[in-house]
Amino acid sequence: MEYIVREKIRSIIEDNLKIFDSDVEFSDDDHIFRQGFVDSLFAVKLLAFLEQEFDIKIGNEDLNIENFHSVNKIISFVESKK
Amino acid sequence: MKDPTIKCVIWDLDNTIWDGTLLEDSSVSLKPRIVEVLEELDRRGILHSIASRNDHDEAMAKLQELGISDYFLYPEIRWDAKSLSVRRIQEHLNIAYDTLLFIDDQPFERDEVAASHEDVWCLDSRHYLDLPEEPRLKPKYITRDSEMRRRMYQSDIVRRQEEEEFVGPKESFLRKLDMVLEITEAQEEDLVRAEELTFRTNQLNATGRTYTVESLDSMRKDGRHKILVCGLTDKYGSYGKIGLAVLELEKDVWKLNLLLFSCRVMSAGVSSILLSLLRNAARDNGVRLTADFNDTGRNRMMRIAYMVAGFVEKQPQVNGVVLLENDLTDIPPAPDYCKTISKVSWST
Repeated sequence: MEYIVREKIRSIIEDNLKIFDSDVEFSDDDHIFRQGFVDSLFAVKLLAFLEQEFDIKIGNEDLNIENFHSVNKIISFVESKK
Repeated sequence: MKDPTIKCVIWDLDNTIWDGTLLEDSSVSLKPRIVEVLEELDRRGILHSIASRNDHDEAMAKLQELGISDYFLYPEIRWDAKSLSVRRIQEHLNIAYDTLLFIDDQPFERDEVAASHEDVWCLDSRHYLDLPEEPRLKPKYITRDSEMRRRMYQSDIVRRQEEEEFVGPKESFLRKLDMVLEITEAQEEDLVRAEELTFRTNQLNATGRTYTVESLDSMRKDGRHKILVCGLTDKYGSYGKIGLAVLELEKDVWKLNLLLFSCRVMSAGVSSILLSLLRNAARDNGVRLTADFNDTGRNRMMRIAYMVAGFVEKQPQVNGVVLLENDLTDIPPAPDYCKTISKVSWST
């Protein structure tokens, strides 16, 4: 189960990478925003995706970059909302 | 409720723009003074389009010959029902139906459009000379941005076409645009546009606050505020003034009372660039940086833009307003696809 969540999250990030010199790699702990992989428009997409895919509600109080800045952070956030 | 201001006029051609029927007589001539009407509305920032049942190529060639083809965005010249043409124009321009005016000499066509789109204002073309005097065609604001509006849409059409045809990652495309973002302190001539932005922008306004020219002008001079204006250009042309920030300066802390962007630049990453600039300036001046956010139900994008720039909730809601603060660490460098020119002087 966790494996599927991880793959889904990785794949939406990969689909929206702003830079890929064909082989940019990011680890599950990389800070995707700080490293300029994605932008705020992506953040909008990501939140909508998480709400829909995992049937959770993300309130304003959850809107802290700490919750979303890496694949691992996003997974623990989703787990905490279930 | 007051009828909204018209943003686009959709014209029929035969016996509306010109006298005669093009298919029957290729030597049609323009209605008297029609060009003056087109020109005047264009100057006010009102767009023009076409819904005509005609042969597309022939009609476009005639418009070019008459020297007016450049006025019209997304012309719909085909044999479809005009209600469909109106819908396609509305989709392209992404403006509300109740800001469209449809002009045709044929009652049948007006009724057909009205039946599908009850909010579209349908008018008999014999009134065309009265248009400049119509209250709904007199926008409250006529600024440099209004005069440029058509050209901004036209460059946007080219830009989008090329983006669609572009193969490769998004950032490589952005890099080819030669974007230049200029951030300045509002000058007197910026204030009308600044007021207009606060009234026109809903989704990308972090507090939903509106300011008049007078209030902006007094803040500009009182030494306790900075009014920042962002202008964006790229190789296709200018986007005009597309961003506004009202910053309240106190001794130890700066607060963003307002941050807004025009929807035209949503994908350009401009909000991150401006917020990075403000974070650097606050850090260099040894002050804290905070921002008000007021959830209007429509502006979540701005809360997310603040989040991505590292703002976190500092104080829970007071009267619906949340205070955010930035810790001024980890400020990303400006992206290399956009040249940023800041003319803001931070020394107080």
